[in-house]
Amino acid sequence: MKLKVNGKEAYYTSSGREIDKNQPSIVFVHGSGLSHVTWVLQTRYFAFHGYNTIAVDLPGHGDSEGPPLKTIEEMADWVADLLTALGIEKASYVGHSQGCLVGLEFAQRHPEKLDLLALINGSMSMKMNTELLDLALNKDQKAVDLMMDWVHGPLGHKGGHPVPGLSHLGMGGQLVSSNNDGTLGADFNACDKYTNGETAAKNIKHPTLCIVGKHDKMTPKKVGLELASNIEGSKTVVLEESGHMSILETASETKNILKNFFKENSRAS
Amino acid sequence: MTDPKTYKFNTKTLHSGHQPDKNFGSRAVPIYQTTSYLFQDADHAAALFNLEEGGHIYSRISNPTISVLEERVAALEGGSAALATASGMSAMMLALLNICSAGDHIVSSSQLYGGSFNLLRLTLKRFGIETTFVKPRDTEGFKKAIQPNTKCIWGELIGNPGIEIMDLPEISKIAKDAGIPLMVDGTFNTPYLCNLFELGADIITHSLTKWMAGHGTSMGGIIVEKGDFDWTKGDKFPTMTEPYDGYHGLSFAEEFGPAAFTMRARAEGMRDFGPCMSPTNAFNILIGIETLSVRMEKHLSNTKIMVDYLSNNPSVSWVNHPSLPDHPDHKVAAKLMPKGAGSMIAFGIKGGKEAGHAFINSLKLTSHLANVGDAKSLVIHPASATHSQMDKKSLELAGLTEDMIRFSVGLEDMDDIINDFENGFRASQKPRLVASK
Repeated sequence: MKLKVNGKEAYYTSSGREIDKNQPSIVFVHGSGLSHVTWVLQTRYFAFHGYNTIAVDLPGHGDSEGPPLKTIEEMADWVADLLTALGIEKASYVGHSQGCLVGLEFAQRHPEKLDLLALINGSMSMKMNTELLDLALNKDQKAVDLMMDWVHGPLGHKGGHPVPGLSHLGMGGQLVSSNNDGTLGADFNACDKYTNGETAAKNIKHPTLCIVGKHDKMTPKKVGLELASNIEGSKTVVLEESGHMSILETASETKNILKNFFKENSRAS
Repeated sequence: MTDPKTYKFNTKTLHSGHQPDKNFGSRAVPIYQTTSYLFQDADHAAALFNLEEGGHIYSRISNPTISVLEERVAALEGGSAALATASGMSAMMLALLNICSAGDHIVSSSQLYGGSFNLLRLTLKRFGIETTFVKPRDTEGFKKAIQPNTKCIWGELIGNPGIEIMDLPEISKIAKDAGIPLMVDGTFNTPYLCNLFELGADIITHSLTKWMAGHGTSMGGIIVEKGDFDWTKGDKFPTMTEPYDGYHGLSFAEEFGPAAFTMRARAEGMRDFGPCMSPTNAFNILIGIETLSVRMEKHLSNTKIMVDYLSNNPSVSWVNHPSLPDHPDHKVAAKLMPKGAGSMIAFGIKGGKEAGHAFINSLKLTSHLANVGDAKSLVIHPASATHSQMDKKSLELAGLTEDMIRFSVGLEDMDDIINDFENGFRASQKPRLVASK
């Protein structure tokens, strides 16, 4: 689905469902260089079980018009503007990786629009490996290859995708390659420069879930737990078999954790 | 500078797609010889049927043993996803029907396996899908043959049986300019000789029955998707982009992005046409793939021996292999497949069809049968076997002559195969010697 946000074409998927104003809404925000496709094993469930799901392509990603946004703060404002454009006053927010930084900032800047918050493979800051950052800024394919190595745990590297026939590295690599036109570099740069995470985390008053991957090399378990410890009353789950791509490597577990969290806390319950 | 530590080709042939099972730690991939899978509860069943989560429902659609094979081949090719099928032909059929409907058009290389040629020439035509054939060396011809309703270009990198080489990077440019995918049957090259995606293919199919499995035991095919073709550009591919009633209005391109083609082929193609692979065949093919590299190296070195032998044989009128400097595609083959251009040799036997029959009938070690890519050496006379359903015009279009012997070089000691061929050549020339007296 496409609509205009701040005068530019923005894309989101609602799994083919119409937005129903009587249902609670969840916005899903992807990680660096990725798109709405990463959420398919979570969004389809919620879309068919009483929720409006809005899995976005941030500007410059997937089918959303560019240029990419330069800061995490701008991305948080863009999500708020997208919800406004959709006529949604309040939504729960699910973020992955960079999407967690955007989620922290969304909670900080637009608390009135936030219902529940779920942060998957997140941290309070993401200082980038300088080599990876330079490669991405130069649109070098090696940035994608390194990223595919580092974001996947043992499950992703060997295989055993939850969807028969899909390749973690192949599919992820294609998704990020399609955004390696400067967008990935802009994302990494935005992550690298973001410094307000700790303050934002400490100010969160909304029910929050943190999902952490035991084998995560991008946002290691330690920093994931640190994030959770700074959010008052947050619930934390460590996925024993997951790397940084919990939403795909351990898709069903992630979906079920989200399902239970929403069931326990949301209006739908 | 740091390099990615993702697994390399040989490691992938042994490990990709498989996590040893948690119950018993089975090191080999277990054969899940089952038709169906217990649902955890009613919600789980509904979620699986609605593609809300991954998993197995019924082995016509997917199976855990076959999934390992699919991921392994996807990893070897560098694709986003793969779908295994009962045979190479069913892989071709599903790949084409995934995007083609009545009224659509295909542009294809004319040098194809006989079954593939007839699927395009006769069978799909009955369902309103027309094909224009172009000789594989006629790169411009592919461009000229494209019509507004053309949905793809189809071909084989190493044409069967004439062993003409398609200049894929050039033909890929034509496909890209036309906004259509280039689909390539990679059976003869396997991912060992080259990466077809790097050469410009968007979709690869294989008959896994051949070199991939490598032992002539098990039928199988596969479709592999690269994942970067933009199905949403224009309105040419409604099966990828339009809401599909068969899955509650699902748009495959929207929901599955780089795996849209595979997901549609599985969700619709396997559900409605049902050409599924058997789990035992998947196991056999996986065992074959474990030794793909070592077998292909030997296939190539044996092919060199046999090309030299045949090129210097007085009973042979011509030899066709891209490694020969006088092969019209020698340069392009060397560029696209630097390790070697496969282990298929075509040669002409002096004395034509009759001599060909005598040669084949006299062989004791080399197997006369309708297959290629076995560990054992194989021969066939295409004009009277694999391509026998073709009329004279079609045979010419496919580059076939009546004196042609197709030779799939195996892994035996080539001295033994040469001794066998010597007997065959003696027999093949006998009638002519008698006649000349």
